Amino acid sequence: MKSLFIKIFAIFWKDLLTELRTKEVVTSVLVFALLVIVIFNFAFSTGASMPELVAPGVLWVAIAFGGVLGFNHIFTVEKGNSRLEGLMLCPVDRAVIYWGKLAGSITFILAVSLVITPIFLALFNLPLLLPLLALVIVLAALGFATVGTLFSAVAINTRARDIMLPILFLPITVPVIASAIKVTALILAGSPWNEMLIWLQIIIAFDIIYLVVSTLVFEFVIEE
Amino acid sequence: MNEIGTASSSWAIEARGLTKLFGDHHALRGVDLRVSKGERLVIFGPNGAGKTTLLKILSTLAKPSAGSVWLDGIDIRNKPAQTRRHISLVSHQTFLYDDLTVYENLKFYGKMYDVPDLPQQIKTVISWVRLESRLHDRVSTLSRGLQQRASIARAVLHNPSILLLDEPEVGLDPHASTMLRDVLGNINSGNRTVMMTTHDLERGLELGDRVIILDRGRIVYQAHKHEIDTANFRRVYDQYTVID
Repeated sequence: MKSLFIKIFAIFWKDLLTELRTKEVVTSVLVFALLVIVIFNFAFSTGASMPELVAPGVLWVAIAFGGVLGFNHIFTVEKGNSRLEGLMLCPVDRAVIYWGKLAGSITFILAVSLVITPIFLALFNLPLLLPLLALVIVLAALGFATVGTLFSAVAINTRARDIMLPILFLPITVPVIASAIKVTALILAGSPWNEMLIWLQIIIAFDIIYLVVSTLVFEFVIEE
Repeated sequence: MNEIGTASSSWAIEARGLTKLFGDHHALRGVDLRVSKGERLVIFGPNGAGKTTLLKILSTLAKPSAGSVWLDGIDIRNKPAQTRRHISLVSHQTFLYDDLTVYENLKFYGKMYDVPDLPQQIKTVISWVRLESRLHDRVSTLSRGLQQRASIARAVLHNPSILLLDEPEVGLDPHASTMLRDVLGNINSGNRTVMMTTHDLERGLELGDRVIILDRGRIVYQAHKHEIDTANFRRVYDQYTVID
């Protein structure tokens, strides 16, 4: 079991190190997500009562679309020099490769969320300290990352990779996006915990489904 | 018959009836192959003969449409992950990450293969390929020849018993190619089985104990080195291969 985690971490660390050196993905995704928030902020800044209504949608549009951009690159790093073949030659179960990549995807989407959420809250004049929102972001990020990592592997060998990923990713993650928007709206409205619970349960349920299914099908996606 | 037991007793590589189809195109047509432990087998053949496909199947990167393969007696269909521990592949692609240093690349692959005493093993393999001075340089800063040597270090890091080389000299200048041949000689001083594809008849004959000519997915010629008239081998090669 220890060996398994060492390998998952090795894949994660290798991807993180590459990204820290190139800053190819995080920078562009951050700029994109911030632009989405700023543009929506201008578009909807028509009245004081608006933020609670439109803000949840704006936040999750920024995270989901930014995520799509970033997930596109999860397997791109393996494309050159036939690195994917090098990875496939390693004596590990294909699920180990998936989990290593997933760890990178989760870190990426959480890092983007960590930067854009405070800016989003400030721009929409919302309270900055919302621990429950942090929980929703972590749970939704897990769902996004599990699906995004899988479809990134699907898209890597297609010509229209940039278009393919959003077409596959967004419809599948609709339950998580919709639930995250709903629960964010309830948090911003100061609703009681029991009203949010059902939406959180939906996100958790889909996280589990995505994780199990993606782990199982990854081998078939990545093999010849 | 216990085929696994039979295969494990004598052969490093045993393939029976290997066939590979890409749509209607036959890349391999019932290839039977046996390679002894420690043997150096060189495969010649024109482009499209099936050399790379054969190596991809042997390395578990591709699945045969029909036929079976045993590596060190292990059926690659039943235990692909276990099989991969015994093999390594060097191709003209290095499998290395450009933005990581040579050391970081080797460390990554070493962890993936559970290489014991990894820092010491990295030192050992890097000295084999004579790349000590560039160990902490990023791969992207190395020349093509140096990258290929780093790739060989990666390939032998986990001490595989079977080394598959798919046209490793492609893209190298004559000097780098000679250096590569020396490096390959260094790393094969033990009992490692080596299977190499190449277009370079002269170099191939120099390196191999036995040669095979593959043409249109079939083995059309094979001979041990001592049976070959090296001076006339070009004529033999032309005789057995068809140019489309």
